[in-house]
Amino acid sequence: MAPNSKARRIGARVLPPVIFALIVLTAWQLYVEWGNVRESTLPPPTAIAESIWDNRTMLAENAWVTIKEILIGFAVAIVIGVGVATLIRSSQKIERAVYPWLVVSQMIPIPAIAPILVIWTGFDMRPKVMVIALVSFFPIAVNTIDGLRAAEPELLNLLKTLKANAWQRFRKAQLPAALPFLFSGLKVAAAFSVIGAVFAEWVGASEGLGYLILVLNNQTATTDMFAVIVVLALIGISLFLIVSLIERLMLPWYYESRQVEAEGLELEPEEVA
Amino acid sequence: MQATATKLTVDGLSKTYRGAGGGGNVTALRDVSIEIGEGEFVSIVGPSGCGKSTLFNIIAGLVAPSSGRVLLDGDQPDDLLGRVGYMPQRDMLMPWRTVLDNTTLGLELNGVRKKKAHQQALAEFERFGLAGFEKQWPAKLSGGMKQRAALLRTFLAGRELMLLDEPFGALDALTRAEMQQWLLDVWQEDRKTILFVTHDVEEAVYLSDRVYVMSGRPGGISLDVEVDLPRPRRAEVTMDPAFLDLKQKLLKPLEAAVADPGRIGDGPAAPGSNR
Repeated sequence: MAPNSKARRIGARVLPPVIFALIVLTAWQLYVEWGNVRESTLPPPTAIAESIWDNRTMLAENAWVTIKEILIGFAVAIVIGVGVATLIRSSQKIERAVYPWLVVSQMIPIPAIAPILVIWTGFDMRPKVMVIALVSFFPIAVNTIDGLRAAEPELLNLLKTLKANAWQRFRKAQLPAALPFLFSGLKVAAAFSVIGAVFAEWVGASEGLGYLILVLNNQTATTDMFAVIVVLALIGISLFLIVSLIERLMLPWYYESRQVEAEGLELEPEEVA
Repeated sequence: MQATATKLTVDGLSKTYRGAGGGGNVTALRDVSIEIGEGEFVSIVGPSGCGKSTLFNIIAGLVAPSSGRVLLDGDQPDDLLGRVGYMPQRDMLMPWRTVLDNTTLGLELNGVRKKKAHQQALAEFERFGLAGFEKQWPAKLSGGMKQRAALLRTFLAGRELMLLDEPFGALDALTRAEMQQWLLDVWQEDRKTILFVTHDVEEAVYLSDRVYVMSGRPGGISLDVEVDLPRPRRAEVTMDPAFLDLKQKLLKPLEAAVADPGRIGDGPAAPGSNR
């Protein structure tokens, strides 16, 4: 592919959302200015930007606390999620016994048990990491379970006729077939982990962006609250983009197959999975 | 055809699947016996659901027969797995491997070093019409190329007997004709023993030294026809009166099987049979 057309294609994908965002922000700004809306109700985007700049040190310090919680919680979620998925797929008996409870566990509103975690572990980082891990592990586990089922039985049979043992069948077919699913789970979990961090800090914290929102809320500092929300969103977006980037580097075949499909070349949908 | 050693003997093979959930048993194969000589190209034609795939899975060692034996070179091996080259209906190329790495799968599992495996595969890329696509992902290949890549993978696994399960079934008519000619040319050079499954009588006659007709449910061999058309064959042979005669002869038992609902029912498909 010529670099010129590649640049153009990236431009075609980046430009529309940027233009859309600019339109929304401008409309927001004009609505606040012309509609006489009080800043404590809805601050204009420029005021939010100003607040971010003025409070940059405080925001950075607290963001670092929250980022650490998120990264550790996310890592724990990956280990537990992939571990549970592998365990469940390792035997049909375990799958039958555990899988329904895995689903039921998601009916528990995790933020509601956050206070209990605080009682158990105190006000340090542990309850936050646990809440983040609890909300994030489910999409990872469920997607990995589906992924470990994704290798075609015909392919596994073919490997058997080539004298592949169970480990080789796992290593050469089931694992690579599961990776795109794992990454889908990771992307959902990335968004969940930020939500988990805010909830956990609301329950009991003395620092972090979630804690900052509570404090600012008491002061009705709406503009500064919006500034914190923007930073939280940026953390979530960054995590999502990092996961996407790793996916692209690790699974070039998957990325390119989807591209082939998008370009309308011949490719049956079932081959994309 | 000159007398040759027998490569594969299938002797009185039957397969009954236990019906699930209180349902009756399903007999997929009943008393199937076939024989293939060294270097012979033999086809099995039959309607879908006649147990062709079950027969293939048994010969490949994936499914155990209920009764009967499978002999290779006159001996009954302990385990058929790894003895027979097997190409399933769909190409089953791994999307996460390049075309080259897909074709060397069998060599790799045999413990051949990557570099040597690659050399061995690359030497065949031209002949298999894949030159220039070594580093591509399979998603970028056309349907015909995918089948050729899958065939090369089977070929490189180095088994003396290859089972090809409707390899051209999903291709359009033009590509299909091209692929048949190409397969004949490749086979002509190496003379590997091939057992080929198809539901297309014309394809079977065109390619094969001998054709078995499978019919009914449960599947059994209802006809065994020698194709004594001269080789190498070209597409013109399909207009030959001898060719048409053979086609007629093979179609008759198939039509009878399709017309008789007692033999080809709408009953539940046997597991492992054609999808």
